[in-house]
Amino acid sequence: MKHLLKAAAAGLVGVVAMAGAAIADPVKIGFVYLTNPGDHGWTYAHEVGRLDVEKHFGSKVETTYVENVPEGPDSTRVIRELARQGNKMIFTTSFGYMDPTLKVAKEFPDVKFVHLTGYKRSGNMSTGNIRFYEGRYVQGVVAGMMTKSNKVGYLASFPIPEVIQGINAFALGMRSVNPDATVSVIWVNSWYDPVKESDAAKVHIAEGADILAQHTDSPAMLQTAEKAGVYGFGQSSDMKAFAPKAQLFSSVNNWSPYYIAQIEAMLDGSWTTGEGPDHWPGNTWLGLSDDYLVLTPFENMPANVAAAAKAAADKVSGGYNIFSGPFKDNAGNVILSDGESYHDGNLWNDMNYYVEGVIGKIPG
Amino acid sequence: MLEQLLLTVLMTSVPLIFAATGELVAERSGVLNLGVEGMMLMGAVGAFATAFGTGNLWLAIIVGGLAGALTGGVFALFALGFATNQVATGLALTIFGTGLSGLVGAPLVGHAIDGLPQITIPVLSNLPFVGALLFSLDPMAYLAVALLAGVAWFLKRTRGGLVLRAVGDNHDSAHALGYSVLRVRLLAVLFGGMMAGLGGAYLPLMLTPHWAEGMTAGRGWIALALVVFASWLPWRVLVGALIFGGITIMQLAGQARGWTVPSQFLSMLPYLATIAVLVVISRNREFSLANFPSCLGRVFHAGK
Repeated sequence: MKHLLKAAAAGLVGVVAMAGAAIADPVKIGFVYLTNPGDHGWTYAHEVGRLDVEKHFGSKVETTYVENVPEGPDSTRVIRELARQGNKMIFTTSFGYMDPTLKVAKEFPDVKFVHLTGYKRSGNMSTGNIRFYEGRYVQGVVAGMMTKSNKVGYLASFPIPEVIQGINAFALGMRSVNPDATVSVIWVNSWYDPVKESDAAKVHIAEGADILAQHTDSPAMLQTAEKAGVYGFGQSSDMKAFAPKAQLFSSVNNWSPYYIAQIEAMLDGSWTTGEGPDHWPGNTWLGLSDDYLVLTPFENMPANVAAAAKAAADKVSGGYNIFSGPFKDNAGNVILSDGESYHDGNLWNDMNYYVEGVIGKIPG
Repeated sequence: MLEQLLLTVLMTSVPLIFAATGELVAERSGVLNLGVEGMMLMGAVGAFATAFGTGNLWLAIIVGGLAGALTGGVFALFALGFATNQVATGLALTIFGTGLSGLVGAPLVGHAIDGLPQITIPVLSNLPFVGALLFSLDPMAYLAVALLAGVAWFLKRTRGGLVLRAVGDNHDSAHALGYSVLRVRLLAVLFGGMMAGLGGAYLPLMLTPHWAEGMTAGRGWIALALVVFASWLPWRVLVGALIFGGITIMQLAGQARGWTVPSQFLSMLPYLATIAVLVVISRNREFSLANFPSCLGRVFHAGK
């Protein structure tokens, strides 16, 4: 009996000590970055989000990040190490970390994992994403109105759903205002290789493109556009500093509200992996309407184009489904007829074609 | 259109010509320096910092070359001074250069500069086609070809070149004849570093006028392969660099035109072509190994 009391007392002390620790010690949050915050694109946008987290929570959290982590099996080691170091929530910020995150999530059931921007989940791993394609639709509208040669060049990284959605949304926007314009795609097969991105941009220009768009991470394409006197769109963050005369606008990824919401939910115990809205298997996929995607001011374009861009952006944030019929793929097959539209699941599972207006075929 | 594509080929080849020519000189003296990537990055960050800080692009070119040479000096200190294993030291130099350039360059991220101006050679640049292609390039492109020609002349026609080759082919004999093996190699390594630095400098000064960590993205390794490709002969470096650049640009243009070959395959092409040529030339030993420096990568101990 005495022993039992002693044990209970010890337990109580333990609990009190733990509660004390919870107040005193910040909660550790880990981030895994694909490149370095200096890329001025994708990873830079995540770094801005992480800094906002620190600002918002102050001493309540302590964040660490690991940069230049290659996608694939190598990242498993890094994610596991972050979990071992006592991080309570780990954000893995690239598509290719999906399977490694899933694997480590099984090994550390008490740690919460948030993976961007894939589609696999488990009991302690959720998925977050931004509707990047909404910004690309608006870019398409601007490109369609601005192009004189009716040739638009697009730099793409890897043929994953997110990139295909972007190309198709861009083409749908472009064709909605200019049915004669075409967009040709160069796959750079890298997220980040400034020289190759610049080479590909030069090739597009040599082939007659006068508007360039990119789904790669460095500002090299815009710098090339600036020098050649053509126009383009920035990626992930505002790239105006690199191309003050060439940047029409950038779609800026704003991860801050998402990160803060996820961490807040974890701290008050309400965090779940949740069933996604619609058919998309994930719990957060927001865009223009929630300021997860922010467009920089429309510049270097005539007022009527800027007005059309604003109208398109308003339409999309008002709930317009970009992937609504009628549209065809670029081989002429009808994908959706009038009145039909895609739900989120379709975007991830069924979009293995280019829409009308895109030249070529999806590789692989 | 073709003109513009060919111009892109030329420009994308320039950093490779610089770096491979420098490495060729180092290797002809018997030193294998695998740190080209690291030296290029140091040259790139040095050049960009100077251009951004002073606005003087000519000074930036010089600083780029110096930064590369200094980084090469670190290699020389260990590989020549302390006779460490050249392969390991070179790999370490790449890692060192990548890290240090990232650290030094951190405050430079997010800034842009105006790149190098074109130099239009009067009269000649008015020639149809070749005028735009060959006579209105940027100063560093001319410099690359001039240095390449200088190296070709030096190695083949001068006494210094002969000594350098002798040191690379048989360091014991060269030593016995009274030549300072280590001094020759030190100079060759420093020259190689300077050339890699210039190649790196071309990236932020001309191709993509900003600094980004790791912006060379593996071009140092391609330069190393080009030296073997060129079978240690300077002019073949030019041919190799142009072939490599040509295939790179061709595959990009093919995609833009909607060729239905998988782009992953096209991206492999430049590397496949390099390997294919290596296989072909290595079948002919006389051709491929005639100029192979026999002491390449071997540590020299004086007085042994």
